[in-house]
Amino acid sequence: MAAYDFLFDKTGLRDWCGESGNQDGPMTMAELLARKNNNADAGSESSLSLWDLPFPSLDQLNEACSSIARTRDLTKGMESAFLGVKDSLKFVLDPITQPLSWLLEGALYVFVETPWWLMLIALLAIVYLASKSFKLMAFVGSAIMFLAFIDHYEYAMQTLSIIFVCAILCVIFGVPIGIAMSRSNWLQRIMIPVLDMLQTLPTFVYLIPLIFLFSVTEPKLYGIAIILYAIVPVVRLTDLGIRLVDREVIEAADAFGMTKRQKLYNVEIPLALPNIMAGVNQTIMMSLAMVVIASLVSAPGLGVLVLRGIRNLELGVGLVAGLGIVLLAIILDRVTKAALARINASSSVSSH
Amino acid sequence: MEKQKSISIRNLYKIFGGNPASMLEHVHQGMSKRELLHQHDHVLGLSDINIDMYAGDITVIMGLSGSGKSTLVRHFNRLIEPTSGEIWVDGENVLEFNEDRLREMRRLQMSMVFQHFALFPHRTVLENTGLAQAVRGTSAADYEKDALKWLERVGLKGQDQQYPHQMSGGMKQRVGIARALTSNAPIMLMDEAFSALDPLIRTDMQDLLLELQKELQKTIVFISHDLDEALKLADHLVILKDGIVVQQGEPQDILLHPNDPYIVDFISDINRARVLRVRSIMTPFSENAAAKTSGEVGADDTLESVISKSEGDVGQTFTVMKDGQKVGLVDMKTLVQALVPTSAAEGGMRKQKS
Repeated sequence: MAAYDFLFDKTGLRDWCGESGNQDGPMTMAELLARKNNNADAGSESSLSLWDLPFPSLDQLNEACSSIARTRDLTKGMESAFLGVKDSLKFVLDPITQPLSWLLEGALYVFVETPWWLMLIALLAIVYLASKSFKLMAFVGSAIMFLAFIDHYEYAMQTLSIIFVCAILCVIFGVPIGIAMSRSNWLQRIMIPVLDMLQTLPTFVYLIPLIFLFSVTEPKLYGIAIILYAIVPVVRLTDLGIRLVDREVIEAADAFGMTKRQKLYNVEIPLALPNIMAGVNQTIMMSLAMVVIASLVSAPGLGVLVLRGIRNLELGVGLVAGLGIVLLAIILDRVTKAALARINASSSVSSH
Repeated sequence: MEKQKSISIRNLYKIFGGNPASMLEHVHQGMSKRELLHQHDHVLGLSDINIDMYAGDITVIMGLSGSGKSTLVRHFNRLIEPTSGEIWVDGENVLEFNEDRLREMRRLQMSMVFQHFALFPHRTVLENTGLAQAVRGTSAADYEKDALKWLERVGLKGQDQQYPHQMSGGMKQRVGIARALTSNAPIMLMDEAFSALDPLIRTDMQDLLLELQKELQKTIVFISHDLDEALKLADHLVILKDGIVVQQGEPQDILLHPNDPYIVDFISDINRARVLRVRSIMTPFSENAAAKTSGEVGADDTLESVISKSEGDVGQTFTVMKDGQKVGLVDMKTLVQALVPTSAAEGGMRKQKS
């Protein structure tokens, strides 16, 4: 006897339920166990006390009435629904995302194949342009040389190339989305839950549907995962930054007859730039976090070493690679923060 | 000489809330601001505003905070859309303008000065000053001459490469004024332009404005909550209360003949001797009386200056001169009476109020 038999008996839905116990679905583990127990102490009819009343979950109701689906049917349904749309989704997404694969492959090639001394010079030049600080340049130089000295140069460059591509794409897509959000309250209301979801979804969960959609050998698989995860801060902070621009300054722009485009490029973006750059900093740090996890789906780089450390219990390998990731994180953070500080200083927002 | 109408406001209403258009009916039927807020949850911002502003005049719109004065001035260049009414600028109804025409008007016909300056913090003073021309598409090299000229005129020579955050409040507002002047627009809207400044700097800026206006003859609409400032600047004074024009006219006239207890309260504690001018209290010139005058005063002299001239002798009479002609007489007795605040002189007002 099932706990909720009375419900269907009382409401006269017994007929709709069909014969109880006549189930066609596969047997669950719980049912197997129940059968075993029943065999063990047969006859002990389940007397219904309020204390033992289980929550009316799908499985419980199904026991009483086989017309009600079980929870496993839900997960199964989800799976078959996804597999059903998979092919058509793949048909659309595959060509659209193909350039991402090329970009990632190209960047990997350039970062790894460029001679180390040329790469070092190029990176230091970028650091100098962003920060105008020789101190930071010296730090970055010695950190990279340290990584090279312990033979982690190639892994570090692979990680860096992936972050490079993904962060740029995040900015290219994220800033316009943020601007659109700042323009329309309606879009903001829709986007905020989506961004919340992207941000809180456990990082591994990103990978599950992507594995079904794309081949694990394709770089775009981890590219998409990283971009989806890391794009959130730049979108949020662009939206926030533009909304925080002094209303009176916007009014002045309107009063002097600026067009929407003039207002965007001459007022809103320059004044929101400190916030946008803070978003870029966060985006880069989140790409780095994701690129390590993406090594599960064949993303090259330091993450692979960490993964090896976990899989093979090679403690030293994992720890050293982890240290390398920390070094990269410090470099990226310091350089973007220095760039941010420079922007803040040059457009120091006035306070009335 | 007939003055040209520059801006005319006709039957302007502004209601804030979810469905302002449907509330218009209630307002037309005489529902008060209070009732509208309580019964329908809409705020009556402006109600039946009719004002004519003439070219070359400074029109001051005065009221306390919440009276709708800043809302009103934003209707002139349609930063705020009215609920109903007409706004005529140089013979054209602004409300019929499409987006392009509206932008053209904002670029060419009107400039604006803001309470908190609203300068672009990421641009130099020179770039800020040239804003209006830059927006029109003029290159920096072309507007530079104009911008530098006006910066020098407002007393900021040599500071054109600074950024706004390097300047004090008074200097920032000078940039704000230079920015408005560099647009060369005939109409200048000034929204509480001097309210955020220290009293001393404020007086300075008022003098600067009057001096500039003497030579430029623009249409200036000045918003203020300060009666002394309003009386000093205004050719035409509009007093706003709860979105309604309580009284408008020549400031001297309002001072001598307030038609509302609200205004009486307002003007009761100002220094009338400094604000009232001889022409407002003089009697027409007659040869008989002119025989025993003890001197000449100008029509635009303040009563204060006449008192100082009389050295406190209340028995004297002066001939009033305007443009070298004898236009009237003023005797000290009338003058002293005019100094008594209206609330006491016309007891009826106070009674009406209580």
